[in-house]
Amino acid sequence: MSPPLRREDVAKVANLARLSLTDSELNQFTEQLGQILEHANDIAALNLENVIPTAHPFGLINVVREDVLRESLSRAAVLDMAPDAQDGRFAVPRIMGEAP
Amino acid sequence: MRSAAAIANDVKSGATSAEAETRISLEAIRAHNDKLNVFLFVDEVGALEAARRVDERLSAGDAVGPLAGVPVALKDNMCQRGVPTTAGSRILEGWLPPYNATVIDRVLAAGAVPMGKTNMDEFAMGSSTETSAYGPTRNPLDPSRVPGGSSGGSAAAVADDMTPISLGSDTGGSIRQPAALCGLVGVKPTYGLVSRYGLIAFASSLDQIGPFAKNVTDAALLLEVISGHDPMDSTSLPEPSPSLVDHLDDGVAGKKIGLVRELYEGADDDVIASVHRAVEALRDAGATIVELSIPELRLGLSAYYLIAPAEASSNLARYDGVRYGLRVNADDVAAMNEATRTAGFGAEVKRRIMLGTYALSAGYYDAYYGQALKVRTQMIDAFRRAYQEADLLIGATAPSVAFKFGAKTDNPLAMYLSDVYTIPTNLAGDPAMSVPFGTGEGGLPVGVQLLGPGRSEAQLFAASRVLEVADGRS
Repeated sequence: MSPPLRREDVAKVANLARLSLTDSELNQFTEQLGQILEHANDIAALNLENVIPTAHPFGLINVVREDVLRESLSRAAVLDMAPDAQDGRFAVPRIMGEAP
Repeated sequence: MRSAAAIANDVKSGATSAEAETRISLEAIRAHNDKLNVFLFVDEVGALEAARRVDERLSAGDAVGPLAGVPVALKDNMCQRGVPTTAGSRILEGWLPPYNATVIDRVLAAGAVPMGKTNMDEFAMGSSTETSAYGPTRNPLDPSRVPGGSSGGSAAAVADDMTPISLGSDTGGSIRQPAALCGLVGVKPTYGLVSRYGLIAFASSLDQIGPFAKNVTDAALLLEVISGHDPMDSTSLPEPSPSLVDHLDDGVAGKKIGLVRELYEGADDDVIASVHRAVEALRDAGATIVELSIPELRLGLSAYYLIAPAEASSNLARYDGVRYGLRVNADDVAAMNEATRTAGFGAEVKRRIMLGTYALSAGYYDAYYGQALKVRTQMIDAFRRAYQEADLLIGATAPSVAFKFGAKTDNPLAMYLSDVYTIPTNLAGDPAMSVPFGTGEGGLPVGVQLLGPGRSEAQLFAASRVLEVADGRS
């Protein structure tokens, strides 16, 4: 059984997920997510020590294709839908701060 | 509107043309779309072009497919080249996919005419279409009620006779529940039967594309067309498309069908009454009914609402304002990512991303996500045991008939409970379908759900056909 969800837990998770929340959203999400996690305590409380987890219904086996060249989307077709592109590349705002 | 099978026959015989059928569909969409908000984009130009190509092939004496000239509506999470595709989200507003989903290539090859993209809960997260960024879809049978979700637009398109068939996607019930609420046949195929290439991902180990139709035969026709191995989807099953139409009249004589307590307990009385009447119809058709209890199914909802959000939190990390979709500018990349996602995602999507991020985070992974994956194993084992007792299982699709707008929007958990009977099959990877059977409150349709082990679609369709005949629908 896990402790109840706190407002600061939700704030931390929102930051990890790159979402910013207003104070009222933070309150509302804390309450709603807390209810969902409380419902999930029915499985959190089970003793499943010897059960093997299933990540995929039929068990994924590596699938490989022939190593042959195939046509792919053109660079222009892909960059055409980008919010910003320069010199045949995706363009983004500054990644690092100024050099010291 | 006539059935897909009838339209294809008449187009092939020359009694009508693909273009004429497309114009009938366009007119029907035009008449009601403003009121019902079914289509987010109507592809009039593309549909007429596709129809004329079918007509040209016919007049040249070339082969046309089994859906020649049949209008089909597509849920807006399926990529179609050059056609606006949003997944019901602001974050993809204005995006034009540079490629076709495999299902779209397959319906086109079969001669069908894609009419446009239908409304849905944002990223398929919801059970009512109320989380769409573009407003809810109304249920054509009672516009004060939801059509169900998340594939509510695709269900409403068929229920309102805009198109005879449509495609949806089902991650936890998103085809079967709206089919039930709109009085349609809706199928969640075996995981891997239908390619997911070009389907905008929600929870990749659960998502599966499937058909909506007014009758079992049309659903079988469409599922035959879209299923079969696709090298572009590494989770695609290796075998070719199953034969469904040829087995529709196989019946259920000698079959054992399990009535599962956990798949109807807690439902409204009118729903339970329909399930019992459907069971009687199957018994009358020669099936043996066994009553079963599968207590593990009660854990499905909790497991699903940890696994699906966990996968979604990972899948939706791609919406970062860099390669496609919305960008909200800011001084640096991290601030741009955050501003973009905060503006682009709606509340339900944020809720699920945070739930999934939390379930996967250090300190909680074992208690939540890890535990849910183990419950998934138990669910699969429990179904396997049940299928030693019975060939197919039956229960309700949804706990109630179509509900009113706003009835569950303030309480996410109440909304999630709409999917309590449909979720277990997604976790197991098995097929299931909803078939209308009788009516409930206010004369609204009730759906019963048939479930089977992996690759049992032909048996499910044959049993559904028995119910359709018994319900006086053929």
